[in-house]
Amino acid sequence: MAGSHNINRRDFVKLTSAAVGTVIGAAIGLPAIGYLISPALRAGGKDAWVPIGKLENIPIGEPYAFSFTRTQVNGWERTATSYGGFVIRKAEKPDDIVILSSRCTHLSCQVNWHPDSKSFVCPCHDASFDINGEVLAGPPPKPLDVYTEFKVDEAGQLLIHIKEG
Amino acid sequence: MWKKLYTWLDERLGLNDIYKATLDRPEPRGNWWNTLGSASLFLFVLQGITGIFLSVYYTPSPDHAYDSIQYIMTGVSFGWLIRGIHHWGASLMVLVVFIHMLRVFVTASYKYPRELTWLIGVGLLLVTLFMGFTGYLLPWNQKAFWATTVGTQIAGSVPFIGDFILKVLRGGSALSALTLQRFFAAHIWILPAMLAGLIGVHLFLIIKHGESQFPDKED
Repeated sequence: MAGSHNINRRDFVKLTSAAVGTVIGAAIGLPAIGYLISPALRAGGKDAWVPIGKLENIPIGEPYAFSFTRTQVNGWERTATSYGGFVIRKAEKPDDIVILSSRCTHLSCQVNWHPDSKSFVCPCHDASFDINGEVLAGPPPKPLDVYTEFKVDEAGQLLIHIKEG
Repeated sequence: MWKKLYTWLDERLGLNDIYKATLDRPEPRGNWWNTLGSASLFLFVLQGITGIFLSVYYTPSPDHAYDSIQYIMTGVSFGWLIRGIHHWGASLMVLVVFIHMLRVFVTASYKYPRELTWLIGVGLLLVTLFMGFTGYLLPWNQKAFWATTVGTQIAGSVPFIGDFILKVLRGGSALSALTLQRFFAAHIWILPAMLAGLIGVHLFLIIKHGESQFPDKED
């Protein structure tokens, strides 16, 4: 209604039905969308300190394989996720430790330590990594992942810090 | 622009005719009892939509059915709302469909030329009841389990072929994972498909014949 402050009945009805319709649409639509995307909004990122073993039992100079399993509740089911890796002690000092993940950075297969060739070899696509996790050969795009956060507690137990997705 | 697009579509789809036939058709006289059919249709659509939403999380397997519903109720945003609507909508639909049938009976609207509409309506009532029966088992709790035990046992009491019917319903002689799975299939595929088909014919007949005049004092 150009130039007039009055609104005629037809326009008023149109306007109010549009407004009420929007409110009803939002009241139904938003819960519906929330329902569908709900699992994606779960707060993830739980973290934990996981014991690997007594430091005194881990040899120096040779990668020491470890593995552990964490369970997670996804909806109505428990799922177990396996983690694995290698502890490499360079020297006697407790700090001089590198902890590598055994997950190949190519397609997530488990790499194994081959003492003869002094390298980690992935069985899937014949990739190999050196003792520091650097790529020697094969398709992996980057070095093996490193667990940077670790500590040794009073009992001499080595623990690593992990974050779960 | 929109007008042109609409005219283009209308010429090809006959939108105006559809509108006139479905929403602008003449009514004998305004009466709330005549709205029960539309209410049933609305509830069917509502059950369909909430049911599809529930199937996003529900698992028809004995080890997870109960837990998946617990998850819907406590873990999913607005899961309680969706399941609540489906739960209460189911009871309401049986009620509304039944009152709709009573109305048609009382006003004698089932007479010529609407006998087929009535017969299909009886089919719709039966399928709606079967929807209730099959849906009742899906939560896989004690009430569901024993209600289905009793229900299938009743079907099994038919002379001569009763045992066979019971086995067909349960998928074997025991109430098992097979029962849950086939009730689920019936509940979300077979029965809804039957309902949708029958509703289509039911609506076609209503539009074809129009609504019946209510009987007056002379009748």
